[in-house]
Amino acid sequence: MAALINVPAKAKRGDIIEIRTLTSHIMETGFRHTMDGALVPRDIITSFTCRYNGAEIFRADLFPAIAANPYLSFFTVAKESGKFEFEWIGDNGYSSTASASITVE
Amino acid sequence: MNFWRAIVLAALVATAPAPLAGEIPPDARRSGYSFMGPDTRAMQDDDTSSPGMLFVLDGETLWTKKAGSADKACADCHGDARSSMKGVAARYPAFDKALARPVTLDQRINLCRANHQQAAPLPYESRDILALSAFVAHQSRGVAITAGDDPQLKPFIEQGRNLFMQREGQLNLACTNCHDDNFEKRLAGSPITQAQPTGYPLYRLEWQTLGSLERRLRSCMTGVRAQAYDYGAPELVALELYLMARARGMPMETPAVRP
Repeated sequence: MAALINVPAKAKRGDIIEIRTLTSHIMETGFRHTMDGALVPRDIITSFTCRYNGAEIFRADLFPAIAANPYLSFFTVAKESGKFEFEWIGDNGYSSTASASITVE
Repeated sequence: MNFWRAIVLAALVATAPAPLAGEIPPDARRSGYSFMGPDTRAMQDDDTSSPGMLFVLDGETLWTKKAGSADKACADCHGDARSSMKGVAARYPAFDKALARPVTLDQRINLCRANHQQAAPLPYESRDILALSAFVAHQSRGVAITAGDDPQLKPFIEQGRNLFMQREGQLNLACTNCHDDNFEKRLAGSPITQAQPTGYPLYRLEWQTLGSLERRLRSCMTGVRAQAYDYGAPELVALELYLMARARGMPMETPAVRP
């Protein structure tokens, strides 16, 4: 699925940088009914992880009250050049990944 | 002499058609953007935080994906959308010679699918049609709206204008009663806008998804407790055309974000 990642391309060592992620997901709560009264089954992202050169730096659990296309923003310290890897895991075996690179001077 | 002149003048004034509800002068027109709070504006301004851009990304993928029995992708005829589709959405709904009536961008995409790709039409408001039209319309972001310039569209703009001025539904309200006469006031806490369709298809936070102008028009109609026209109905297309012609010259914002 489509994801939008905003990581600064360059940073100075020790800088606090903001990472913003937005991913495509319907986040169906599991509380809604169709016109015929049938329950629409829950279909949400349940977990998000961010790894910086392999080490986990941020994790979030997501719940039914979170809006569609979840947007998450968080901060970290730029330590070394490398790669951020993002992973979203959800109901019905949903899994989606994305990555972004950073150069630290 | 002066007495007769005064009588003639009075008669002229009395017989002149009553001015239709205050239409907005061109320099007083405002995009729905200017009615939004700072948070929603920030969401639209930053392409990496605008959920509408997720649909544009999906549309970009669909643009180069082969479809139908002709096994052709949009890109096989139209090439790079960045140049070939620039300004296209700004002139839709446009007149279709074969059908002898205006068609919306969504209908144009489906006509292309039927005639050139030999593919099944995409249902209205389906993710794929919204993604494709968002991707096409995004190429016109910042371009001034020119819809309605074609002289053949004149009767349809007139039809749309009449519908805009026509009271309907149990609440007996016309579009103009809110969007020309009472914009900047509030309806149940939400600002009433001028109904300038500059950013469609747009991401509405209430919908939690992207939606077309037709969806927006239909929900307004349901709001005044009128029977909404079906998707693709000539009346909806005429209204859409009138609104775009009314916003002539305003820059496109697709994909906009609205509360």
